[in-house]
Amino acid sequence: MTNKKPKNVFKQGAISSDFIGNSIAKHQTKTSIGAHNIFLGQVRADVIDNKTVAAIEYTAYEDMANAKFDSIREAAFDKFELTCMHIYHSLGTVKSGEICLFVFISSPRRKVVFKALEFIVEAIKADVPVFGKEIFEDETHQWKKNT
Amino acid sequence: MTLNIKYFGVIAEITQCHEEVLEFSKSSIEDLLDILFDKYPEIKIKDFQTAMNNEIVSKNSIISTSEIALLPPFAGG
Repeated sequence: MTNKKPKNVFKQGAISSDFIGNSIAKHQTKTSIGAHNIFLGQVRADVIDNKTVAAIEYTAYEDMANAKFDSIREAAFDKFELTCMHIYHSLGTVKSGEICLFVFISSPRRKVVFKALEFIVEAIKADVPVFGKEIFEDETHQWKKNT
Repeated sequence: MTLNIKYFGVIAEITQCHEEVLEFSKSSIEDLLDILFDKYPEIKIKDFQTAMNNEIVSKNSIISTSEIALLPPFAGG
């Protein structure tokens, strides 16, 4: 464990397609990269007992979550030949259809980015203390669990 | 010692607060949970993990930091 404070992964609200597009554009100067891979988590309008999920309200144990994101990042750099990696997760309300997780990795070659992205996303789902309150259209709610 | 207990998600709904300060004279996580179960019987049947120093710890861990968090199932992504 390092003493430096981990980077803050969280953004308030949904992650916009402009933000995602700009992140891609910023990599045009990094010409050692030959392959990018992107995961976008989108809020699904699940139907549970005839009620439709309208939004998810995300909260997190932010200190621990940022420390976990940091160790996932370090593990991925150790395991795979990556040039760079960016992770953003929403906090607060994200409506169904909007993006709540953006993982963007880059490498000189393509094969590694497929494996690395799966490793990173599965680790995020399993290890990071983020909580999701699924809010139905009638304003009742239930707590989401990753499966 | 003085502990700062943090609650999240469905656990915070039951405790009706996101954190509280508690004077604690015993030693393990289990001892602390016994106290919390007396105070909030409903959390006893809930699925949650306990974290100390940004790591998930087992019930028989000895409390060594002032901040303890009760974490319901994760839903990131």
